[in-house]
Amino acid sequence: MSVYFPHKKLPYLLVLPQLVITLIFFLWPAEQAFEQAFYQEDAFGLSREFVGFDNFVYLFNDPQYYKSIWVTLVFSFSVAFSGLAIALWLAVMADRVIRGKLTYQTLLVWPYAVAPALAGVLWWLLFDPSMGPVALWLQYFGVDWNHFLNGDQAMTLVVISATWKQISYNFLFFLAGLQAVPRSLIEAASIDGASPFKRFWTIVFPLLSPTTFFLLVVNLVYAFFDTFGVIDATTQGGPGVSTATMVYKVFNDGFIGLDLGSSAAQSVVLMFLVGIMTVIQFRYIERKVEY
Amino acid sequence: MIENRPWLTFVSHFSLLLGIGVVALPVWVALVASTHPSSSFGAGEIPLWFGDQAVENWRSVFLGEASSGVDVPVWYMMLNSFIMALGITVGKLFISLLSAYAIVFFRFPFRGACFWVIFITLMLPVEVRIVPTYEVVANLDMLNSYSGLILPLIASATATFLFRQCFMTMPGELIEAARMDGAGPIRFFFDILLPMSRTNIAALFVIMFIYGWNQYLWPVIITTDDAYYTLVMSIKRMLAVDQGDIEWNHVMVTTLLAMIPPVAVVIGMQKLFVKGLVDAEK
Repeated sequence: MSVYFPHKKLPYLLVLPQLVITLIFFLWPAEQAFEQAFYQEDAFGLSREFVGFDNFVYLFNDPQYYKSIWVTLVFSFSVAFSGLAIALWLAVMADRVIRGKLTYQTLLVWPYAVAPALAGVLWWLLFDPSMGPVALWLQYFGVDWNHFLNGDQAMTLVVISATWKQISYNFLFFLAGLQAVPRSLIEAASIDGASPFKRFWTIVFPLLSPTTFFLLVVNLVYAFFDTFGVIDATTQGGPGVSTATMVYKVFNDGFIGLDLGSSAAQSVVLMFLVGIMTVIQFRYIERKVEY
Repeated sequence: MIENRPWLTFVSHFSLLLGIGVVALPVWVALVASTHPSSSFGAGEIPLWFGDQAVENWRSVFLGEASSGVDVPVWYMMLNSFIMALGITVGKLFISLLSAYAIVFFRFPFRGACFWVIFITLMLPVEVRIVPTYEVVANLDMLNSYSGLILPLIASATATFLFRQCFMTMPGELIEAARMDGAGPIRFFFDILLPMSRTNIAALFVIMFIYGWNQYLWPVIITTDDAYYTLVMSIKRMLAVDQGDIEWNHVMVTTLLAMIPPVAVVIGMQKLFVKGLVDAEK
């Protein structure tokens, strides 16, 4: 676009509300996090002392922190991969059917609207060791299900809850991607005698790869941050620290443990990580969008 | 579909129905659980068919206090959720429309700087800088207030970027024509730009409403006064009792009540929502 309104003051007035909100509730806290990361504060916030990089040194010598990184990786990749795989399967199936496509879509999209914390509660009821139908059914088959005691089972529970909520999102994107695949390509391939299976892997899936990559990034970001509610409402990071992700640890160390220096240092590490993810995503989006 | 393969068609429908069944399973069980007296849950097995307490449970939860941990009725927390969700939605749309308009349609000194300040907030969620954000809000004396619930969450740039992209696709001739007709920037904004981005605004409204309604961590942290509890976060208080004493029937009524508004919005405005979502991320 090359035509603009000539105006001296108006544009500043227009960006002002957003800038003010951003400065107060975004840049100021971010700056505080950076500052706090270099101080040691007592639990009541009465006094503090400059400690340089001590908080970071301590953090990266703390086996608990590596544990939380590991938990985050296991959790995020489990959620991303199971969510993508199930959604892709359902989208391919929905793309095939001629009748009832919209009905299927409607019946599959609504979990998007459910809060992660509520998703956690719903699945907890199903897996409650003393009365949940799925837990009792598993016990019938000899699986001793108790996610309050067994860390792997707690992880499975939060992964299922988080994935359940994310399937609808991935499904919508895969379906949109599938419907953009040119029909003529598929027709040509099927005239050449390619089976539906072969057509999918040689034509459709490569064409979907940008969507898949985009969804992978979005799902990892979702698993990193938006799933706080799932974990807090169901396992609260436990048993032990087996479901305490990095974001959960920032909250837990800051608000429960009142170790503000360490919490701030963790915030800074996370900001750095999100920065990288944002750049990856944005470069990718910029490339795709044509103005 | 290219060729007719009844077997594959059958597999497709079967997979979809199975998927829908699994997706709906927890809600079905929650619905069943919400119709039983609390004594049904201590016995060690959750009932699999509806009980006869549906009306009593839903009534007493909706009008009464959700649990011993919360002193306000559920309908009141629902009201709080609505205030928070609408506040976030309207606030975000307002500041984003204005700033995107400025950045796309004006050239002014520090335009690049403004753009970057807004840009860096993109996707950096409040969860990451939770403790300092809490302190800032406490310093501003906004704990336990609607402004404390709303303002920190509208400081993100997703909506701004969406409107920026939408505005950038508008032809320059449009402004030229408007200017020739004597319309100033404010007139142009209200008479041409807003009507043209109507569907985008509506789609974003749906997405932001769900985002605001479903907030969990932020209200958990900044509200200690029941009068500002939202429905989604109150779940934590209801579950934070000794393990055997969770009143699952009441928890499930609350969970379902907390789900109904956003799910209704998604289903009722499906077309706009899907458009908004796919546009927003691409």
